[in-house]
Amino acid sequence: MIRALLWILGAILLGGIVHLSTVLAMPQAARQDAYSRLVPLTPVNTMVPLALPTAASAIMPFMDPAFAEAVCRYDLSGGSLKLTAPVSQAYTSVTFYTRKSIAYYAINDRAAGRRTIELDLMTPEQHAQVPEEEDVTAADRLIIESPSTMGLIVLRALAPEPGLMPMARRALAAAKCAIQPIQ
Amino acid sequence: MRLLFGSCFTLLIAAALGLGATWFTLTRGVAFGALTIGAWTAWPKSGSVDIDPYARATIARSGELPTGMGDGVAFYAHTDDAGNKLDGRCMFTITGMTPPARYWTLTLYDPEGRLVANTMDRHGFTSEEIVRNGDGRFSIAVAPLARSGNWLPTGGVEQFVLAWRLYDTPIGVATRTAKEGPMPAIARKGCS
Repeated sequence: MIRALLWILGAILLGGIVHLSTVLAMPQAARQDAYSRLVPLTPVNTMVPLALPTAASAIMPFMDPAFAEAVCRYDLSGGSLKLTAPVSQAYTSVTFYTRKSIAYYAINDRAAGRRTIELDLMTPEQHAQVPEEEDVTAADRLIIESPSTMGLIVLRALAPEPGLMPMARRALAAAKCAIQPIQ
Repeated sequence: MRLLFGSCFTLLIAAALGLGATWFTLTRGVAFGALTIGAWTAWPKSGSVDIDPYARATIARSGELPTGMGDGVAFYAHTDDAGNKLDGRCMFTITGMTPPARYWTLTLYDPEGRLVANTMDRHGFTSEEIVRNGDGRFSIAVAPLARSGNWLPTGGVEQFVLAWRLYDTPIGVATRTAKEGPMPAIARKGCS
């Protein structure tokens, strides 16, 4: 009787380990995560407008159909990245995701406080190499550190009503992301 | 012999328990730090680096990109206030007001996060489109057949999910009670 209970206890403990390890391994094992879905659609370090989600097809689940979206799939191994995004009339936001879809930074047009959102994205190592005086003089230069070398920048522009969708898409079409060669 | 039987039995139970628990938590979208107001639940931390391992696994599996914390917060409803499943063959009303936000959007999805086909090609509302009463409150009819006023078509699907996204909002990780963020009520008004 005691022995059977011990076996069951062991099974529960081992089950817990199996459960935790599969949960932790899922982001590594996932083949259909957002980044993988975007690889065939987006060349690296280029801003690409995404197709609007429809009932028939959507690139990712739970996309907001009121927003025009554009993605820059980045790889910082060749240098830091410069993002320039004009804000639309209604609401524009920029969200930075790691390779594993973690939103590590997000900013909207009002927080950016300008007609154009301008950001420099770099790895912590690249940030450490930025000369200090440059860091100070360019006070309005917003530097974001990416925790991973690869990731996604997602630009979202709201169309407050369906008729304004072309306006939102035009605003995103002018957005750019480009690698700045290491000096 | 008994040892062999015992260990096989243990391993089998362990695998079933562990994988079963993983499947259950990932399909139900279990995550820590949930903010529930009425029928609506949000996970503000899922839009930041403080995301917990369960939410990370769920997102990796589904392929979605969570709403970033500096962008806004997304609330989801799978039932009405009374706990009834959101059935696309029934009529529901969404009434009340929303927490402060510069803009909000309401979107209807199927449980897998796809938009639902309908004759109007309408999948939701934004805060600018909605028709309000004199006091700023609104009422939205979520129903398979056309209604007057704010009508959100369900396409007659067996089950649907509502997403309420608040953009540029003070609602987030620091929000604790419904007093700070009054979310609209969802009520079932009969089924066809």
